[in-house]
Amino acid sequence: MMRFIPVREAILGSAILILIILVASRFAGFVAPSNLVNVFNDTAPLIILALGQMVVILTRCIDLSVAANLALTGMAVAMINVAMPGLPIPVVIAIAVLMGGIMGAINGVLVWKLSIPPIVVTLGTMTIFRGIIFLISDGKWVNSHEMSAAFTGFPRAVLLGLPALSWIAIMTVIVFGIMMARTQFGRSIFAVGGNPHAAVYTGINVGKTQFWAFVVSGALAGLTGYLWVARYAVAYVDIAGGFELEVVAACVIGGISIAGGIGSVGSAVLGAIFLGVVKNALPVVNISPFWQLAISGSAILIAVAFNARSGRTKGRIILKSAEATQ
Amino acid sequence: MRIFKKLATSVALAGAMFGTPAFAQDDVRIALVVKALGIGFFEAANEGAQEAAKELGNVEIIYTGPTDTTAEGQIEVINALIAQQVDAIAISSNDTDALVPVLKRAMQRGITVISWDSGVATEGRQLHLNPSSNPLIGNMIIKLAADHLPNGGKVALLSATTTSTNQNIWMEEMNAVMGDYPGIEVVATVYGDDLADKSYREAIGLMQSYPDLDAIIAPTSVGIVAAAQAVVDAGKVGEVNVTGLGLPSEMAGAIESGASQSFAIWNPIDLGYSATMLAYELSQNGAEAAPGGEIPMGRMGALTLDENNEGAMADPFVYDASNIDDFKSIF
Repeated sequence: MMRFIPVREAILGSAILILIILVASRFAGFVAPSNLVNVFNDTAPLIILALGQMVVILTRCIDLSVAANLALTGMAVAMINVAMPGLPIPVVIAIAVLMGGIMGAINGVLVWKLSIPPIVVTLGTMTIFRGIIFLISDGKWVNSHEMSAAFTGFPRAVLLGLPALSWIAIMTVIVFGIMMARTQFGRSIFAVGGNPHAAVYTGINVGKTQFWAFVVSGALAGLTGYLWVARYAVAYVDIAGGFELEVVAACVIGGISIAGGIGSVGSAVLGAIFLGVVKNALPVVNISPFWQLAISGSAILIAVAFNARSGRTKGRIILKSAEATQ
Repeated sequence: MRIFKKLATSVALAGAMFGTPAFAQDDVRIALVVKALGIGFFEAANEGAQEAAKELGNVEIIYTGPTDTTAEGQIEVINALIAQQVDAIAISSNDTDALVPVLKRAMQRGITVISWDSGVATEGRQLHLNPSSNPLIGNMIIKLAADHLPNGGKVALLSATTTSTNQNIWMEEMNAVMGDYPGIEVVATVYGDDLADKSYREAIGLMQSYPDLDAIIAPTSVGIVAAAQAVVDAGKVGEVNVTGLGLPSEMAGAIESGASQSFAIWNPIDLGYSATMLAYELSQNGAEAAPGGEIPMGRMGALTLDENNEGAMADPFVYDASNIDDFKSIF
């Protein structure tokens, strides 16, 4: 039984449950199914981005440019929509994923071929992407009345009781679940993060794997860029400002080791949901806004402390260090 | 050949020297210097200035500014204006202090200098025209909500960050006049940090916590747009009215969907009009810019100056379904 419900996921899952019960004791409407659907839908962009970030962190890298990538893609597709309102939404989504992927590839190439530390690369590209938004938009907003109805309507379209935004998050989770567990790429990601030197000897190209991790993360950021802009029906330079830190926080809460190699799809999703519940609960439990930041910060620290204590070696170690195995 | 060239140049120069003043005598030349050319807001201000010029009759408006919003660019423009000996300069500045020396020089040459919209330090201008004042804005945001609630109701505030100076002052001024709006109850103040997603979430939270909420007042452009979207998504159009301060181009969708009945922001046309009128009064009619003084500005009434020679033009201008189409393409 324990094999199927790992300890970390169990702890996080119960923490989320306790949190929801606590919130419900102060505001009963929070546990209404319709509200829980709303909370999940609100958390969907974070889940998608956290999965992309997870892949990058697993390979011992970090992608701080996701929010800027999201904002740039969002602005670009919004401007494309204004210029060509008739463009079908699947094409818009394809453009968003492609654009995001290309930006991710830029990060990947810099890390792979020039061996620049990922934190430096993505800090740089983060600023560059934000700057480009300014250049292409002239600092102007793209507003809801300029976007076509189909463009803003897609993430809201309800299918089987859930908005499309939530379904995309669920599909991403399923695809990632299969990818990480069943494909060569998924296993090489764990191998590269777990022990890069050993990975080289098994024929895995470390740099190339990291490159593809960045591409995956970028493509997801691009996809989220469209969803974000369509959902809030506005595109401007600062959208999702500081969101990259929330994405990294979701991963860290989910117990994905910043040192690489340890983590799972389930825990990243739970980490994102934990943050999503906190963010959605704070406005309704009537806590002074002056305390809200401190509370969400402490929640992150407590979650991480729990995680750090709950079994350090329980990661999915495919290639062990020589000294550890003896 | 050489002599001929010299001669030709001298003749041209002499012609220019005689020509320019002769041309200047006809019209009062008022320069409207803006932060940068090509910005809808300032183009609209120019429209107002032209309106004032037409009303005054003998005024020529020189609408100018740098191509990017820098103080250096504006200094160059002002130097050129001084060389042309314009009668008045009305400026919306890119820097409070950097423009003071050049504007002082303009005043020494007898040019009337006023600032509008974005001011310069007191020693660099004769007066400053604010689009509105904090008390007027504070009163306006609650009035916007109250106008649609004749029987009273519950309203909530959605601000920017807890530390935003402007928003905090406006909310303070709003609380000071709450007595004039009996039956209106402010149930909560939340902060969206000027982020679309957080403002949206806070607005959703407000509608959950207060199911009988009647209006959300957002005195910030990101917040008001996000709150309007949240009201649409929650299916509460008609129940919850989103109002506050926003730009017509950004709020056109919210007015269209009915999530917002009306909102306010200063009117750039009135602003350009008033600045021109003030510059004309100071430079031609001998009006004196002194603390406590009142200077007429045509159809906008009169400007009352405070101890810093600053005055507020008017209440923020209200935009609703009747006029949004005229303004949404302007700014």
